[in-house]
Amino acid sequence: MENLIRRYGRGLTGIFVLLVGFWLLMLVILPNFAMFEQSFRPYLPVTEIGGPRDVYSLNNYAKFFDAPVEWSLFGITLMVPVHVLSFLQTIFYSALCTVIALILSYPLAFYLAKIASPQSLPTLLLLLFIPLWVSEALRAFAWYVILTFNGPLNQLLMWLGLIDQAIRWQQGVLTNFDAIVIVMVYCYVLFMLLPIYTSIQSLDTNQIEAAEDLGAPWWRTHLRVVIPHAKPGIASGCVMVFMLSAGSLLVPTVVGSTRANWFPQTIYTWFNDSQDWQTGAAYSMIFLLLCIVFVILMLRLFRVSLSDIAK
Amino acid sequence: MTPSRRFLAHFYMALFVIYLMLPLVVMAGAAFNDSKLPTIVPWKGFTLDWFSALFADGRMWRAFLNSILVALAVVALAVPIGTAAAIVINAISGKWRATLYGFMVAPVLAPGLVIGISTVLFWNSLGNTVGSDFILFRPGLHLSTLGQVSFISAYVMLLVLARLQSFDPGLEEAALDLGASHAQVLRRILLPHLYPAMGASAAVAFFQSLENFNVTLFTRGGADTLTVYVFSKVRAGITPTINALAFLLICVTLVLALVYEMKRRRKARIEAERAAEARRAEAAML
Repeated sequence: MENLIRRYGRGLTGIFVLLVGFWLLMLVILPNFAMFEQSFRPYLPVTEIGGPRDVYSLNNYAKFFDAPVEWSLFGITLMVPVHVLSFLQTIFYSALCTVIALILSYPLAFYLAKIASPQSLPTLLLLLFIPLWVSEALRAFAWYVILTFNGPLNQLLMWLGLIDQAIRWQQGVLTNFDAIVIVMVYCYVLFMLLPIYTSIQSLDTNQIEAAEDLGAPWWRTHLRVVIPHAKPGIASGCVMVFMLSAGSLLVPTVVGSTRANWFPQTIYTWFNDSQDWQTGAAYSMIFLLLCIVFVILMLRLFRVSLSDIAK
Repeated sequence: MTPSRRFLAHFYMALFVIYLMLPLVVMAGAAFNDSKLPTIVPWKGFTLDWFSALFADGRMWRAFLNSILVALAVVALAVPIGTAAAIVINAISGKWRATLYGFMVAPVLAPGLVIGISTVLFWNSLGNTVGSDFILFRPGLHLSTLGQVSFISAYVMLLVLARLQSFDPGLEEAALDLGASHAQVLRRILLPHLYPAMGASAAVAFFQSLENFNVTLFTRGGADTLTVYVFSKVRAGITPTINALAFLLICVTLVLALVYEMKRRRKARIEAERAAEARRAEAAML
């Protein structure tokens, strides 16, 4: 701090500190604190705020465990609260999206970093970046066009003779979440590809050649040399894709079936349709907790630090 | 690597690019189909009607204007904040640095809807506490701006901090010794070094803001931005005007990409020529 004052003087240092203080205090810390505080308050009309009924309670969190519905898993039927179910399904299908994106991206990241010729590389990267510049809403909408009942996918499959009748993709074939998973993988796969590509790129190609010269089969070279080196990139990609998927409101609303309820949609319903901001706050606290637990889990699993991921 | 595996790798790359592009082509194609629904099959004939419908859509243009205004406001706030944050974090050391850095990068990882909800709740309860119904405290695009600034500043901070690593503080010492004022040190020495990073982060901030959906949806009040407008259109059952809009946006993206690619190629060619000339000169000297 003395260092700053010596170089830029008291006035400028004051401005720097004020800017940073405004950001961290007014835009980051206090809003999260407000959300935490509000999540324990009841939803009341404006006139009753601060009145005798405005007391702290866990009622908003209790709503999470209301309204059990039947849910069958491996033939066993369980009674699960509807919002808990939506929460668990969101976690499961986000993890599925993450795994699919990882499987799709890893070979391509390796290709870009180690096989593609250096002359064509910038062009390839530019090609890959184009869908990223077209907004997420439109990328999801593109799949809405493809998956509609009379849409090109059904027409193509029928023309090929693979199916006799058009399929309602948005209602799901295997599960209610088919369309959501397909579209989320499409929308977020590049957030997996780029960090893995960056991390493989920094691997010395001689190491791969040494492994091959010493007789390692290709899969062992990847398992023992490339993947350990790419770990920070893989961790960062997994965190990005999981968080984007679990937090997406756009994709489930645009292509999701009416029977598939994504957790952010539940939060939005509390917030917007019921105008019950307090319960919405409680639910987003639960969601935030999930995200923190997931990030910590990934950091432990891959043994990397937060600053590796934030790159 | 065997030739067959090499071929497989190229093939996979080509397949992946097709996978990324085909949905966009289908969506853009549907803009020219003379059908009430956004689809390319059945093809009912070529039309440009959806483009005229798009240009007549006043609400869409207002949403577009809102998006641009919010993005400019985000750039104006996030670039100074992020730059100041990078300078501060670069200057301090010790145990406080890790804590402060943690607080600064946390918004990057925070989900958009949490940022949106917390921003609305905070300003709303602040309004209730001071007992004011002033417009600042109610949902609206100004809160969308603040919510977006909270995480976009972190991107700016990371970009500027990376650039600061290559800065030589000795230059500032020298300027001070030679009698420069503090403001001059900042304006003439430090900021010129940071301008490339600040420019890049301004572009990132602008496009991040245009793209943003989650934060905006919860904070916007009744106002629309372009992404929210597209979303509400899709939800309410759509006509191919959205496809026409998508087609135009894809065209803009392609033109920008093409310009960038041509510039890069020309630069690469000039550099290759220079390197060849240097080699020739070297060979001539020997």
